[in-house]
Amino acid sequence: MLQFILRRLFQGVLVVFGVSATVFVVTRLAGDPVSLMLPLSATEAQRIAFAQQIGLDQPIAAQFMRFLGDIVTLDFGNSLWQRRPAIDVVFERLPNTMLLIAAGLGSAVILSIPLGAIAALRPGGLVDRLTMSIGLLGLAMPQFWIGLIAILIFAVQLKWLPTSGMGTVAHIVLPALTLSLTPLARFTMMVRAAMIDELNKQYVKTARAKGLGLPRILRVHTLRNILVPFLSISGWELISTLSGYTVVVETVFAWPGLGLTAVQAIQRGDLFLMQAIVFVIAILIVIIGIVLDILSKAVDPRIELN
Amino acid sequence: MNSFLLQINNLEVNFDTRAGTVQALRGVSLSIAPGETLAIVGESGSGKSVTAQAIMGLIDVPGRISGGDILWEGQPLTAAKVGARHILGKEVTMVFQNPMTSLNPLMTVGAQISEVIELHLGFSRQAARKRAVELLSLVGISGPERRLNQYPHELSGGMRQRVMIAMGIACEPKLLIADEPTTALDVTIQAQILELLAELRETIGLAIILITHDLGIVAGLCDRVAVMYAGQIVETGSVYDIFESPSHPYTQGLIRSTPQLDVKDERLVSISGTPPGLLDPPSGCAFLPRCPAGDGGCDKPQSLKAFGAGAVACCKAGIDAWKEAV
Repeated sequence: MLQFILRRLFQGVLVVFGVSATVFVVTRLAGDPVSLMLPLSATEAQRIAFAQQIGLDQPIAAQFMRFLGDIVTLDFGNSLWQRRPAIDVVFERLPNTMLLIAAGLGSAVILSIPLGAIAALRPGGLVDRLTMSIGLLGLAMPQFWIGLIAILIFAVQLKWLPTSGMGTVAHIVLPALTLSLTPLARFTMMVRAAMIDELNKQYVKTARAKGLGLPRILRVHTLRNILVPFLSISGWELISTLSGYTVVVETVFAWPGLGLTAVQAIQRGDLFLMQAIVFVIAILIVIIGIVLDILSKAVDPRIELN
Repeated sequence: MNSFLLQINNLEVNFDTRAGTVQALRGVSLSIAPGETLAIVGESGSGKSVTAQAIMGLIDVPGRISGGDILWEGQPLTAAKVGARHILGKEVTMVFQNPMTSLNPLMTVGAQISEVIELHLGFSRQAARKRAVELLSLVGISGPERRLNQYPHELSGGMRQRVMIAMGIACEPKLLIADEPTTALDVTIQAQILELLAELRETIGLAIILITHDLGIVAGLCDRVAVMYAGQIVETGSVYDIFESPSHPYTQGLIRSTPQLDVKDERLVSISGTPPGLLDPPSGCAFLPRCPAGDGGCDKPQSLKAFGAGAVACCKAGIDAWKEAV
């Protein structure tokens, strides 16, 4: 187990190195960082001074080595926009994103299991068809659109909830709801399909022959068996949410998380902040992968960790 | 009024398929007394397993019990579903054919055995685990304490079948239905499992319904035999009678097609033809197309009638001229 974790951490370091190199190259391909970051009115002297200040006058290899050295100490330079270390901005915004993901993905996980299980009990039945139709709808609607419609209905028309921002519990309802719909649809469909599969297995007949009731069979016997595929799909969904969905949803709802910050950093040409965000998300994804593998092993002892 | 544990009267089970209604059981009647061992033999598709599943309430859509009744100690088992829960799994239990897939792969052996003890006997978790250890050693599993925390994939096939049997006898049932319990196991393990069943029958006074297509294992273990063909019982009798003087031409064919070690120089006989489809079964004798002695008189429906010490569903049974022909 320990050996496995160490090996995965080593792989993680390689991934993070790869991500760093990509970030480094892409930001330099995107154009001259100096003209990206300085206003158009800057003089030639100011440009040269700035380039020297951030080390752009040195050869590219030396720049990369310095970049690697800096990220080991989590020093991504100062955010031009916020005028303080970029990593501080990331760590300030990250908890907000975590909160939003916990509320959105958490409710998707909690709702999808009973929904999928009930649908699986009678494939083709009323509940099944209803759940699947709503699920398809959830998958078909883009999140920015869901968000806008939700604002229109619940904030503008009904005035039940605030349109945007963060502060009270009411503020999180709409963004979390918007964030949860796509994963909820995907999870429910997956739980349903896996549950139908499990319920047809021989061990379920054994459980019935033992005189166990359906609720207990679902809760104790089949649920554990669908947990492994469920874990892996929810891991993927967590990664997509972290690196994609939150950007859209936080922008729509002006939720001050990492996704919104990324958009703002790009708009302001804040290269250092952008690098810090991409780097932290990459590390989080590596960690999520390791945690998922360990959890799967805990649920299914047949899984070999290597 | 009766001393039977289980009585099945005229049981009919249909499966509604796209092609039509498959009549899997066409009026099956049988009974078993306490402590008795009954074998149900027949080829694939004859309805042996469907009979067992009907008893255990495991017939699922598209299948349904469309007629007849199942009585447990004189009380209907199918009618009172809620009451049935306290009988099924406690007093009647079942061991399935394939021990590889019959256990939940993600639950420890101990949890799967304790579960049924906690449910039916109301034991605490600790008491149930203690009982599970006793059961595992009773079915001949060494180091039972260690096995308790193992998962099915850590056990061999024979061991898993022993676990299934331990689960089956956990609440001291009166009847154990074993549906081809040894088919998926190799021959030496088969013998051990059958020996275990025979032992349990003696020690806890268990009645057993053994479902099999292997006549070889019937002779050693069972008291009585019911032969099934095309969803019906065509002959019942004591093991001795069935093997020594089978009355139904199908039973005779079945016995002659079983290899015997002590008979030399005789070609193994097979029954020509195939069983009728059960989508549209013949109204007369289902065996007629394959019967060496059948004639026009066999067109009428056949029913199980007392014959000798047993019963047989053949209109020609006992006619001397017919015996010659077969």
